Amino acid sequence: MISPAVSRANGKHHGKAKGRAARPKPKAPALRAVKPGGLSNAQLLEVYRAMMRIRVLDDRMITLQRQGRVGFYGACTGQEAATIASGYALRPGDWVFQALREQGVALMRGLPLVPLIAQVFGNSGDLTKGRQMPSHPASRAVNHVSWSSVIGTQLPHAVGVAWAAKLKGHDTVAMAFLGDGATSSNDFHVAMNFAGVFKVPVVFVCQNNHWSISVPTKNQTASESIAVKATAYGMPGVKVDGNDVEAVYAAVSDAVSRARAGQGATLVECETYRMGAHSTSDDPTRYRDQNEVEEWKKRDPIQRAFKRLQSLGAWDAQRDEELRAELLEEVNAAIKAAEALPAPALDTLFDDVYEHETWNLAEQRAELKAASR
Amino acid sequence: MPTLNLLQAVNDALRLEMRRDSNVVVLGEDVGKFGGVFRATAGLYEEFGPDRVIDTPLAEGGIIGTAIGMALYGLKPVPEIQFSDFIYPAFDQIVSELSKMRYRSGGQYTAPVVIRTPYGGGIKGGLYHSQSPEALFIHQAGLKVVSPSNPYDAKGLLLSCLRQNDPVLFFEPKRVYRAAKGEVPEGDYEVPLGKCAVLREGTDVTVITYGAMVHEASIAVDQLAEAGTSCELIDLRTLWPLDIEGITASAHKTGRVVIVHEAPRTCGFGAEISALLQERCFTSLCAPIRRVTGFDTPFPYTLDEEYLPLAPRIRRGIEETVSYEA
Ligand SMILES: Cc1ncc(C[n+]2csc(CCOP(=O)(O)OP(=O)(O)O)c2C)c(N)n1
Repeated sequence: MISPAVSRANGKHHGKAKGRAARPKPKAPALRAVKPGGLSNAQLLEVYRAMMRIRVLDDRMITLQRQGRVGFYGACTGQEAATIASGYALRPGDWVFQALREQGVALMRGLPLVPLIAQVFGNSGDLTKGRQMPSHPASRAVNHVSWSSVIGTQLPHAVGVAWAAKLKGHDTVAMAFLGDGATSSNDFHVAMNFAGVFKVPVVFVCQNNHWSISVPTKNQTASESIAVKATAYGMPGVKVDGNDVEAVYAAVSDAVSRARAGQGATLVECETYRMGAHSTSDDPTRYRDQNEVEEWKKRDPIQRAFKRLQSLGAWDAQRDEELRAELLEEVNAAIKAAEALPAPALDTLFDDVYEHETWNLAEQRAELKAASR
Repeated sequence: MPTLNLLQAVNDALRLEMRRDSNVVVLGEDVGKFGGVFRATAGLYEEFGPDRVIDTPLAEGGIIGTAIGMALYGLKPVPEIQFSDFIYPAFDQIVSELSKMRYRSGGQYTAPVVIRTPYGGGIKGGLYHSQSPEALFIHQAGLKVVSPSNPYDAKGLLLSCLRQNDPVLFFEPKRVYRAAKGEVPEGDYEVPLGKCAVLREGTDVTVITYGAMVHEASIAVDQLAEAGTSCELIDLRTLWPLDIEGITASAHKTGRVVIVHEAPRTCGFGAEISALLQERCFTSLCAPIRRVTGFDTPFPYTLDEEYLPLAPRIRRGIEETVSYEA
């Protein structure tokens, strides 16, 4: 059912067939051998619920941004299957390195809604004390590491975490998310290279959403795919229909199992689409064709997951409406609670630069206090 | 007490701490079997094996980026950047990631990586094996910057760095790697961070320096002592956090200050020290604060000794400062 969407890149299968006309292009082995999805109906429903939760949250946050209540937002919209099904393949002790759009993974892994939304407001309920732009959460409790905004920089960190786990003899896996644009960064190269050389338990999940702000993927790379790049680093690369929950889960859980079993890193390319703007600061009508967006909306991962659940007899439109209403109520209640929280205390501006405050920061703290009296 | 050179003292500190703390790992280019191009990690691979003394691919961004991840997970990575001139491929990881991890995560995550790197001139290394980039890192909130001038401090400061929880740039003055010799206790001891050393007390002028130029300043100060000028010589040891009390006390006492460093003058650390002392010691100062430094050129291959602020130039700077009358 999903097989055409899934192919595996490795050294043997990705030599360009052109110029060697006699040889037929080798068939990519179907990953379906792994077994379809591997998700029970109950699990599929759990994933679906987490996808829906982030969709509802994203929609509300974008509205709040338009109302001037939050400063910025980067949404997952259109990429929920790639995001959530990937995160679902992890165990609680595993580590996650997000890029802009994967806060839904932290949510699914137990970060409560209120601190997550407080991060968007940047107020005192934010675990990171209002220091970063929205869509940059971090939570030690769920091993969700702080991301910097600098595209690609989180990738070597994930390799380092996985490497340390390996050196300590733990079976922890690190998962790093990245966009297609990030595959052009130098950190992508060094991370893939180190991961390959030291065979560390890391899974790179590239969300190829076709756009890096206004730049299409073909302007990022001349490679036939992103997955194929893995070959050069001596690790498997897998390309998967990123809007198909079961396909993503199959590919990513396979990669996670390989990592946990000491077989090293994998690059999974999820082919998906950024249905909305790059961020609330962006206007995609200036650079992309609306027809393309409409085409991809037909492949909306949430609708597809809904249809799949329906065909399995596990879900229906009525329950779907109820779920949506329930999640909206939950999100709205959390927004209300989070928005009511005060700004971070003035003093927090100077905390956490060093473990112990240095003299210059003590002086500057006093200076700010005196000026704001 | 054994007499060691600065390199041996660094090696001694690493070995001691690796024996004491199994979380310490060394990584970098050629640090393993070869023991580093300067031999700073010699013998560690044999004792601790390839999992703790790791030869990495040639990518400084990867060395520091993965070290950050290791530290997040609870290891104590000590990456070596083979020459500080090659730290720039890792500059983004140091500036955007390493220095800010604690702050941006609200204190939830820290990456206390200790980056060791040889710096400065004196080995006929031309533009790319001679630079002194310390000011670039002092400018980053969240980093500590340390530079020993002698073997005793090298061991004690490195041990201190390895036992605290902030990221550190540990700049080793390669000009005196072998030339600086001294007695170094065999066992464990720490030299505290953030404390300068007054190497010689004096009353006429304060000379503030660090790293290899401590030795040049000593020569100048010795010569001036014979001529009757009493210089107070300060080795900063920790550049950041700076020992502000130590240097202001001395500036108040002498009223005249000369700052010496190899790095180019403009926006060098001397500029910051000068500004701080001017803000704090204005009424005590009897002469403009003088900087004797590398020039605002790239580091030259052939005329390297002319570029460096060696003893003759330091001496002249001190003399002019001491004889200044308003
Ligand atoms: C190093 C760096 N360069 C530029 C930017 C500005 N920027 C932010 S997101 C982005 C595009 C990222 O595209 P991609 O990696 O495909 O992820 P997506 O946003 O599509 O999820 C750019 C250029 C940045 N944040 N970091």
